[in-house]
Amino acid sequence: MTAGSSQNWIVQNLWLIPAIPMVAAGLVALMKRANRGLAATLAIGSMAVSLLLSLRAFAAALANPMLQVRNVDWMQFGDQWVQLGWLLDPLAAVMLVMVTFVGLLIFIYSVGYMAHDDNFTRFFCFLSLFAGAMLGVVIANSLLLLFMCWEVVGLTSYLLIGFWFQRPAAAAAAKKAFITTRVGDLGLLIGMVWLYSQAGTLLFYGNGNGCLEQRALAAMAAHATVAGMAVSTAIGLLIFCGAVGKSGQVPLHVWLPDAMEGPTPVSALIHAATMVAAGVYLVARVYPLMSGSALEVVAWVGAVTAIFAACIAVAQNDIKRILAYSTVSQLGYMMLGLGVGGVAVGMFHLITHAFFKALLFLGAGSVIHGCTEEQDIRNMGGLRKFMPVTFAAYTCGMLALCGFPLFAGFWSKDAILHSAHGWGISRGPFYLGAIGALLTAFYMTRQMYYVFFGQKRTPAATVGAAAVAVHGATEHAVEPAVSPRPGEVCAVEEPHESPVVMTIPLAILAVFAVLLGFVGTPAWPWFQNFLGGHGVTFDWSGFGEPGLMSLMLTSSLIVMLGLLLGWFFYGRRPIVHPTDEDALEELAPPVFSALAHRLYVDELYSVTVIALARFGAAFASWLDRWIFGGAVRLVAWAVTGVSWLDAGVDRFVVNGGFDEGCRELSRGGRLLSRLQNGRVQTYLSVIAAALVVLGVWLLWGHRG
Amino acid sequence: MTPLAGCLLVSALLFSIGLAGALTRRNAILVLAGIELMLNAANLNFIAFWRFGPNPEAFTGVMFVIFSIAVAAAEAAVGLALILAIYRHARTSDVSEIAEMRG
Repeated sequence: MTAGSSQNWIVQNLWLIPAIPMVAAGLVALMKRANRGLAATLAIGSMAVSLLLSLRAFAAALANPMLQVRNVDWMQFGDQWVQLGWLLDPLAAVMLVMVTFVGLLIFIYSVGYMAHDDNFTRFFCFLSLFAGAMLGVVIANSLLLLFMCWEVVGLTSYLLIGFWFQRPAAAAAAKKAFITTRVGDLGLLIGMVWLYSQAGTLLFYGNGNGCLEQRALAAMAAHATVAGMAVSTAIGLLIFCGAVGKSGQVPLHVWLPDAMEGPTPVSALIHAATMVAAGVYLVARVYPLMSGSALEVVAWVGAVTAIFAACIAVAQNDIKRILAYSTVSQLGYMMLGLGVGGVAVGMFHLITHAFFKALLFLGAGSVIHGCTEEQDIRNMGGLRKFMPVTFAAYTCGMLALCGFPLFAGFWSKDAILHSAHGWGISRGPFYLGAIGALLTAFYMTRQMYYVFFGQKRTPAATVGAAAVAVHGATEHAVEPAVSPRPGEVCAVEEPHESPVVMTIPLAILAVFAVLLGFVGTPAWPWFQNFLGGHGVTFDWSGFGEPGLMSLMLTSSLIVMLGLLLGWFFYGRRPIVHPTDEDALEELAPPVFSALAHRLYVDELYSVTVIALARFGAAFASWLDRWIFGGAVRLVAWAVTGVSWLDAGVDRFVVNGGFDEGCRELSRGGRLLSRLQNGRVQTYLSVIAAALVVLGVWLLWGHRG
Repeated sequence: MTPLAGCLLVSALLFSIGLAGALTRRNAILVLAGIELMLNAANLNFIAFWRFGPNPEAFTGVMFVIFSIAVAAAEAAVGLALILAIYRHARTSDVSEIAEMRG
């Protein structure tokens, strides 16, 4: 670590990289909806500036691979100052360049993809905010700052998945993504609090006082908690919970495939290149916390996720959903790589995957765009002829994903498998990973044949409707609510190649998908050494490591086998009708059906977790309604009764008494006033009568 | 019948006539006239009780009646003045129509 004075300009101003897109997002948010061009220009421009700064940071990290931090006081907390800060090390530099570069390409692509959308401006606002938050996660030197940006990432992800919130499926998917990742974030939050209580700081690095530095780590490792686990392990596992949620690991993977309801650039940006990478990056960032047993958990979770998602991907029919499960599976590989091999192994796959998965998603977006929002691969076919550029780029991405020799994915996946093979604890993850690789090749081949080969399948509207009826439960994409005119859209309009603004990013990404692997081959492990902070020399003997060549051959064979199987099932005879049974479905209907239903994980959750939550909610509602509400109502009734009584006394006793008295008075007055009729003769006659009575009384009354 | 009883009888008759006039006449002036008759009946009683009383030499009864007649004249003047004022105010002297003091 270098002192503040010798730090160069870029480290001092690293905060600009996330700040610029965020400011751009703020500006775009204030714009009118009609300012489409300005919004896109601002977003893309801010991203380009961030990319330039990131490259500058990358160059700085190249020149000085030492970790450099800059911390600033944020706010006083008791007698302590809470510090936030940012850091620059090779890991962050690589991520910065990857996020800004892929982000920039996706931004550009979005201009074409979202061209017809009414809320174009809003889209770029969210997109910029998202990219800014992601960059904030990358440079954060404090778990607190990282968590803040992490939550903004979660928020924007919610906003973007639900971008077409008019569709119920998209709104539901957005909620699902938000809530599911929240489950993981709870773990992260608890871990964070625990870390603060143990280490006294949330700074990663801070001149020997950071929580990832020797002193705090030693203290935490020495301190044992439940079941003899070191505190650092427990905290590491809790933080890993957050990564599980964000990176879609089993068992919290369910949100990621549903997140495909968002616009395709979002799927590419969030669910392939950046956001899901945040979880992997988090684990890589807090790697010093992750001691042996925590890493074991990471490795197993990753391996299980890798094969689990790959299995499900085999039986999906939505082009984006296949890619989504593939992403989950690849994220599993990354976790596996982190668990068994270390930061460099996992991060290498993260970087290569970001490029080729972004490519695949953008390619899928291009296909969807060209087919007028058709997403069901059974309704596609033969698109090779209509969209050659997309086809070529997609093939590159597909081969890279499969791990075809010499493509980017080959090197990174092989590094993971190699590490897993050499893992001292168990061979299980290696076998899981190897089978996952086979499945990956298989399902990608299946998708390629369905989408690009054979004849254009033109489903009649009735056929499409039948397909909806049969597969409606598994395929959200063909539900009427999602696709306004299911089935028939491809029939009425010839598929067309996408505009240049969309194909150029594809082409650039394709180049990277092919070539990026060469920065981390065994002979020239530049990437790994760069992250490790030391130089590299070219050395063919890297391949000579024992077992490496045979492993590479094996994995190549596995990939070939996967491709061959894919051809055997789907390429041998062309798929003619969209309603044709899937080749695997013919072979093993129950298995295929289970896979198509995503192994019933959603259903399992809905009868367990969700049912429990519903029960809890119902119970709480009952409690609220009858116990607390009842008590409140009882008190209210009592008070009402007392006040009624009071009102009654007031009204009938006090008021009534007075009123009655007054009435009596006035009645008496009225009665007496009748005597006073104003006629003098009446008075006179009364007097006369009285006189007569007096006379009679005087004359006769006294006599007796 | 003694002379005193005859006088008292005339006086009672006179009083009754006056009373009946005061009660039945609608014209205020006639009511006043009825009242004068009743007063005169009282004066006649004074004179009769003096003349046929135990001490007719002293002129007490005459004096009393002269006073009474003077007071009655004053009363009649006040009464007529009142009637005139009421007439100017109400444009009538019919006592049955004047009931402004009704409660």
